[in-house]
Amino acid sequence: MSANGPVDYIQRTREQYARLGYDDYRWAERKETPPWAPITKPVAESNVALVASGGAYTKGQVAFHWEDDTGVRLIPSGEPASDVRVTHFAYDLEPAREDPNIVFPTDRLRELVEEKTIGSLATNSIACMGGIYSARRAEEELAPSILDSVSNMPGPPVDLVLLVPV
Amino acid sequence: MGLVARTLEEAGFPTICLTAARSITESVNPPRAAFVDMPLGYTAGRPHEPEFQKDLLRKVFTAVEEIEIPGSIVDLDISWSEGESWKDKATSGLNNGVNSAEGDSRQPRLSEPQYQYEEDRVAAENNTGREK
Repeated sequence: MSANGPVDYIQRTREQYARLGYDDYRWAERKETPPWAPITKPVAESNVALVASGGAYTKGQVAFHWEDDTGVRLIPSGEPASDVRVTHFAYDLEPAREDPNIVFPTDRLRELVEEKTIGSLATNSIACMGGIYSARRAEEELAPSILDSVSNMPGPPVDLVLLVPV
Repeated sequence: MGLVARTLEEAGFPTICLTAARSITESVNPPRAAFVDMPLGYTAGRPHEPEFQKDLLRKVFTAVEEIEIPGSIVDLDISWSEGESWKDKATSGLNNGVNSAEGDSRQPRLSEPQYQYEEDRVAAENNTGREK
């Protein structure tokens, strides 16, 4: 743990919105114990799917729009990160455009397959755009599309999902 | 992403959420989470530092096998290499303490696809047959 501890973005957003005269943002809050799917095999033997919310797409795909786009893009996991683009309304895109692995780490995950840290990388990686203002829309539109992409993954079934937000 | 993780686990898929925003993750309470003390936008490391990025992911996968209690957030002991000063001003992804955006740092929510390159738009428009 660092000396200062983690930045409390909920508190900082509250302060910033108050300064700007906006209404307080209501962050999603889930107090009940989360659902739990047990790990059934070692990670070194697992087929891992990446879900990343940095707004990645690849050439030929329609880019995300910035008005609460709850769509997903399926990017073949063999695609080098240099062919991956990113678009998003709510973070600094410049470093991620320089090296998409910092928000969409498929090059690194392929290397972890080679060194046998993980068993394999699922056929497609799943990209979406985070920062959906409405938690209801994230739950009713985005989450089911991602579940559908994971459930219907071509090739071997998914054993573990890694979620990378921005 | 915590909400997505909860949906996936309910359907039987184990998940691990990487996060650089501990308070937001605590609030949404996903089944398994791994915290990195990095500015927003750098969740999986800094550009062109493959060894750092790989070390970070190895720690994530070690954490997956260690977490036994639903709702756990493991601290991966990964931090920004240039000290803590970025934390003083960080408020959001656009004003993340590395890059600063003054005042209202939110971008307009545009309803048209926002391409990184103009050639991407052309490629997408010529590619209507391909599944997105």
